[in-house]
Amino acid sequence: MFELSFIWAGIIAFAILTYVILDGFDLGIGILFPFAAGEREKATMMNSIAPIWDGNETWLVMGGGGLFAVFPLAYAIIMPALYMPIILMLLALIFRGVAFEYRWRTKRWKPVWDLAFFGGSLVAAFMQGIALGALVQGIEVAERAYAGGWWDWLSGFSILTGCAVVVGYALLGATWLVLKTEGSLQSQMQVYATRLAAATLGFIGLISILTPFQDPVYFQRWFNLPGSLLSVLMPGAVLAAAWALFRGLKAGKDAQPFLAALSLFILCFIGIGISFYPNIAPPGLTIAEAAAPDESLRFALVGTVILVPMILGYTAYAYWVFRGKIDPEEGYH
Amino acid sequence: MFDTFTAETLARMQFAFTVSFHIIFPAFSIGLASYLAVLNGLWLRTRDETYLTLFTYWKKIFAVAFGMGVVSGIVMSYQFGTNWSVFSDRTGPILGPLMAYEVLSAFFLEAGFLGIMLFGRERVGEKLHMFATAMVAFGTLMSATWILSVNSWMQTPAGYGINELGQFVPEDWWQIVFNPSFPYRLVHMVLAAYLTTALVVGGVGGLHLLRNRTDGPARRMFSMAMWMLVVVAPLQILAGDQHGLNTLEHQPAKVMAMEGHYESHPHGAPLILFGIPNAAERRIDYAIEIPNLSSLILKHSWNAPLDGLDTIPDDEEPPVAIVFWSFRVMVGLGFAMLGLGAWSLWRRLRGRLYEDRWLHRSAIAMGPMGFVAVLAGWITTEVGRQPFTVYGLLRTSDSLAPVAAPAVAASLLAFIIVYFFIFGAGTFYLLRMMNKPPATPHLGLKDGPIRTAGITPVAQTNPDGLPGE
Repeated sequence: MFELSFIWAGIIAFAILTYVILDGFDLGIGILFPFAAGEREKATMMNSIAPIWDGNETWLVMGGGGLFAVFPLAYAIIMPALYMPIILMLLALIFRGVAFEYRWRTKRWKPVWDLAFFGGSLVAAFMQGIALGALVQGIEVAERAYAGGWWDWLSGFSILTGCAVVVGYALLGATWLVLKTEGSLQSQMQVYATRLAAATLGFIGLISILTPFQDPVYFQRWFNLPGSLLSVLMPGAVLAAAWALFRGLKAGKDAQPFLAALSLFILCFIGIGISFYPNIAPPGLTIAEAAAPDESLRFALVGTVILVPMILGYTAYAYWVFRGKIDPEEGYH
Repeated sequence: MFDTFTAETLARMQFAFTVSFHIIFPAFSIGLASYLAVLNGLWLRTRDETYLTLFTYWKKIFAVAFGMGVVSGIVMSYQFGTNWSVFSDRTGPILGPLMAYEVLSAFFLEAGFLGIMLFGRERVGEKLHMFATAMVAFGTLMSATWILSVNSWMQTPAGYGINELGQFVPEDWWQIVFNPSFPYRLVHMVLAAYLTTALVVGGVGGLHLLRNRTDGPARRMFSMAMWMLVVVAPLQILAGDQHGLNTLEHQPAKVMAMEGHYESHPHGAPLILFGIPNAAERRIDYAIEIPNLSSLILKHSWNAPLDGLDTIPDDEEPPVAIVFWSFRVMVGLGFAMLGLGAWSLWRRLRGRLYEDRWLHRSAIAMGPMGFVAVLAGWITTEVGRQPFTVYGLLRTSDSLAPVAAPAVAASLLAFIIVYFFIFGAGTFYLLRMMNKPPATPHLGLKDGPIRTAGITPVAQTNPDGLPGE
């Protein structure tokens, strides 16, 4: 079905996925920050993302802003439903975002901003995971508004997904550092990445088993034909990515572990998409219902088709400019 | 007393608080980004080291201010959904795409090139570095364009229809984007940003001149800032006047509140310079007025009749006292900026620009006043729109999310604590950076003077050579 709303659902999904894999690794670096061996390692870790983190985080604004633009009803329902996790995520991102500059502006308060960087990254990642879990569980809707309670988002399942995202982001961060650093920091991160990969796979397995029981629709989708074909394919693909990840780490490859970890995230994202479709906020709100009028979708699409390739172009250029291993001495501070 | 703190009041307080904090940073970064592009361009053209020194100096200040702007802006983009979800559902089909364009054409551009501007001079070469600097500046202006289009549409809606679900739906995008008040508002805001930055740069220049640092960089920044005031302050007063006429045409109630006209004046309205709005008695107490001047300014005719708030239903009346005061603060500061510019021009023509200590002191005193004027102007226009979110069409009380008061109260409290801590620290660092004189950069070495390659181990580095705290 090639309606405008479905094209837009694809674009928003792309923006959210891009956010998850880009800000995922730099939030992961914040999560790993306290485990750095010393100031030199800390500086290297931060400098590895300093020129690009801001662009990465803009995809979050694109996800939220895009939802507002083309699925205003979904935006109006999901935001109040996830009120507290979103506010906490925003506050955490404030602490983390200013740490990039403040850390270099003071000596006495440096530990405070290091803590802000770590705590902000940790809480932001955890809240994103909670939000995901709460969405998978479903949101109660009545008459174009959120109708559930203020603590509906909090459950064993959402805490589980929260932890999973923290561990998964840390894995992305560790493999990014394997790619971007050398010497002792790199070997430390190779060890961390191996452990984090095992933990991430554990979480993926656990959540995959639990998800079909969150909603009968999910269950049918995964365990009836043709969905059950995917139930065989998806775990297979996850295992292949995991194999590439462990092999890459063991063989001391630079880029392979990072790319394999990214594939794990992409596969999980596709899995969630399969469960959700055609809803935008399960169990009841569909993509078509939540969409803005076609006139809005068309107007926004024109710019998106022109601008998103440009954005991807200069984002890739910025990554290219700062390619290669990090020189711990470099920076402008 | 707790009845006054309804979810609506709290949500309004939260929005007012977060947006007031946020607007300070774009107001500064729009002007500063353009200033950096100019400095970088002048350096490439003239090879005068003073420009590079100033570029490096203000670049670091920009980075800190920009970081604060980004984090406080992300909060804004989600607050529409958390606290004002009904507003989002109703206006989303129109305002959503405009905001999406802001993200696509401005935020990504700024963020994508910021890294190259801050860290990349050695990596990409001077021309591409200049390009990156220009893109950051262009991005800040694009951002202003789109967000002011959004804001203006809420003030003077156009090009819409209303569907059976009560949503505003687009009918003519040209009319929506270029709605009646948009051009005035955009010009007024961008000029305000340039003035704000000129005042900060002038204040910092004045400070270092006053400390007898009469070397190139301090003189150059003071001189550039004063030129900016000379040119832009009169333009801004002109733009403000035009904007006022536009507001009178489309939002008469707002102008009545700004002017303090509770009553209609059939034979010419006086200009109330000062006075104390008395909401209960519906008049301005202790008013100092100039007869007929308000008619002259607003209608360009001495005896033109002017309607007052008595022609507006009570439940459509904006809060008079706030608008009345904030408008006077803004206008008063605008004329103070004009005065500072004129004074500097007179001293410059006498060849005393760098010697007049009272001028430098005044520049320091005026340093933060651009922010005050921007906030006052913002309060005038936003409070003047009340009690509507979409002027005349959607009431603020009908825009609220189904949130519980305690949830809004808790998040408001958290925002207040976090903002004062975070932005207090940031302001402290900014002031400390401005308190240091610009140092000549190490040409040929890495861009930043600190942590130059291979000389000082990072662990022992004192970032920025801060005085040992």
